[in-house]
Amino acid sequence: MLSIKDLHASIDEKSILRGLNLDVKPGEVHAIMGPNGAGKSTLSQVLAGRENYNVTKGTVDWDGQDLLAMPIEERARSGLFLAFQYPIEIPGVSNAYFLRAAVNAARRHQGLPELDAMDFIKLAKAEMKSVGMRDEFLYRSVNEGFSGGEKKRNEVLQMILLQPRLAILDETDSGLDIDALKVVADGVNRMRSPERSMIVITHYQRLLDYIVPDFVHVLAGGRIVRSGGRELALELEEHGYSWVMEGGKDQKGAAA
Amino acid sequence: MNPSTEPAVVAAADPLESFLDREYSAGFVTDIESVTIPKGLNEDTIRLLSAKKHEPEWMLEWRLSAYRHWLTMQTPEWAQVSFPPVDFQDISYYSAPKSKKDGPKSLDEVDPELLRTYEKLGVPLHERARLAGVAVDAVFDSVSVATTFRKQLAEVGVIFCSFSEAVREHPELVRKYLGTVVPTSDNFYAALNSAVFSDGSFVFIPKGVRCPMELSTYFRINASETGQFERTLIIAEEGAYVSYLEGCTAPMRDENQLHAAVVELVALDDAKIKYSTVQNWYPGDKDGVGGIYNFVTKRGDCRGPRSHISWTQVETGSAITWKYPSVILRGDDSVGEFYSVALSNHRQQADTGTKMIHMGRNTRSTIISKGISAGHGSNAYRGLVRITPKAENARNYTQCDSLLIGKTCAAHTFPTMEVQNPTASVEHEATTSRIGEDQLFYAMQRGLSAEDAVSMIVNGFCKEVFKELPMEFAVEAQNLLGVSLEGSVG
Repeated sequence: MLSIKDLHASIDEKSILRGLNLDVKPGEVHAIMGPNGAGKSTLSQVLAGRENYNVTKGTVDWDGQDLLAMPIEERARSGLFLAFQYPIEIPGVSNAYFLRAAVNAARRHQGLPELDAMDFIKLAKAEMKSVGMRDEFLYRSVNEGFSGGEKKRNEVLQMILLQPRLAILDETDSGLDIDALKVVADGVNRMRSPERSMIVITHYQRLLDYIVPDFVHVLAGGRIVRSGGRELALELEEHGYSWVMEGGKDQKGAAA
Repeated sequence: MNPSTEPAVVAAADPLESFLDREYSAGFVTDIESVTIPKGLNEDTIRLLSAKKHEPEWMLEWRLSAYRHWLTMQTPEWAQVSFPPVDFQDISYYSAPKSKKDGPKSLDEVDPELLRTYEKLGVPLHERARLAGVAVDAVFDSVSVATTFRKQLAEVGVIFCSFSEAVREHPELVRKYLGTVVPTSDNFYAALNSAVFSDGSFVFIPKGVRCPMELSTYFRINASETGQFERTLIIAEEGAYVSYLEGCTAPMRDENQLHAAVVELVALDDAKIKYSTVQNWYPGDKDGVGGIYNFVTKRGDCRGPRSHISWTQVETGSAITWKYPSVILRGDDSVGEFYSVALSNHRQQADTGTKMIHMGRNTRSTIISKGISAGHGSNAYRGLVRITPKAENARNYTQCDSLLIGKTCAAHTFPTMEVQNPTASVEHEATTSRIGEDQLFYAMQRGLSAEDAVSMIVNGFCKEVFKELPMEFAVEAQNLLGVSLEGSVG
């Protein structure tokens, strides 16, 4: 589904990703962990198409397509979703309008009829209940005045409504209390299916108690220095990142 | 592709650029025979103009005294705009389609070419057309060519006609109110307008009448090397209500054309006037060649207690905009409002805002100004809130937001507050933001095209103002900003 080979990327001349390899197959959930500054968010931004990042080397194959050559919105419409670490506020634009525009962009791409306002509201309200959001959030401006937890729930709601094929969750757990974390994880878990893949980026192993990954990778210095199963996350928690990074010198770009 | 030598580049045109480079769709010229008086301005020009309009002596005298005062005045220099001096002798002060005699009595008598022009502009004059619930006064260059729904309006006592006609048919009303809100000596352009105004709209809503439909005037400049100087006077008697809209367009030309209008509103006890403008004069090309100089004086007088005047403007056109729709809150408990969206793109310059003069007790005013600057545009908000000594418990709330698109534009804010009564409450909030790459990226990551994303963000920024517009105009305003209608979900 997604195959990243020898990816190098920089921002403002500063090299961040330095030869990253990763293969994600349908139905798999990959956790990417790593210390601050390892390049975790850069990876998510580059995959989503953020223009400030310069891809200097490498390829990303997305179901036979060259992902890096696709415009941002094409990537999104073809099923790549990024849950933002810091969701953006758009004053004056209602959440309902924004969500419907997004859903309909995806539906058009799939050759499905667009949802009208009534159908959309019905669908959205049902899903909002599942992530613990009150109806009023439909009529508030996108993320404006939302608490940290509310913003993250809104990201998960968007993911559920858009039904992506690959969801990248960029530190969706940061700033969440345990109850919000459970709601978010529950939403993500309900999305798991043999066709849908996920890349869960997190700093803490805590999230992985709720979203159990198939693979865990440690990202450090712009490349994956260690890969393993669920147990790797627990080892990391016990020993800290310095443990992997010291041992990581021998693990040249281990891929999953 | 060879990954090691060929860095992947996302090929996408700059979404902001493509959004901002839309064409001016109202820039066509109507090929129609016109009578245009020679260029130049002196007392004889004014006599000729007045004679062409069959005006009574008092009207001519009024014009001449304004002209004599104008000669003593200087062009205002304080605005945040720059342009070469206007040669007032190089303008023709009157141009009218030839087919018009004394003003058509019905639509059947209007030149079909003119009807087609308005059709093309999206303002069909047929009474059963799209704007079925809106009465339209169509002003083409210096004259009103048609006013619709007059009969229906007359039945409830509403007078809606061209200004020239009002001077002839309702001289007592014109004499009673003309110049009482904006005196001829008010400012340079108002004095010029008073001397040479050619036509415009006149509205009178008698006591206790709620005007049964929206009234609107559509101003079109067509002839070249002419100026348009229209005059609008709206009077709402005790307890009356009217919602009035105006729209404006002009052909694309390399020259700068002058538009210097005066609008006066009078609201008596408990009356309410809602005045909305969608101004889309030709803004000039992207290098700043051509375009309309829009130098306008608009002022409302809340003369009676509990009266209410509300200005809403969407200013997307003109090379230079210089206008400050204001409210004099004379009556106790009167209310003044100003909602504005002003867009300056390419080389456009806008210096716009409002004045709220609180004189009565418990008077309230609200100012919401949204300035959008793009390209090399410059946008200034200039506002005055004055609380006079007798205005007990006056309240004002001002919110002034600027949105910058790109890196070469400018936004300025010049708020002035003069508070002379200690019971007043005056609030001012201001923000400046740049249309965020973050916002664009976020929306596009959700599958929206760049164009839709920009439209949505700009639309969201303007929402508080758009919701004040009547439905017909809200749609036009949103289209003007290249935004899609939010629909019922919003």
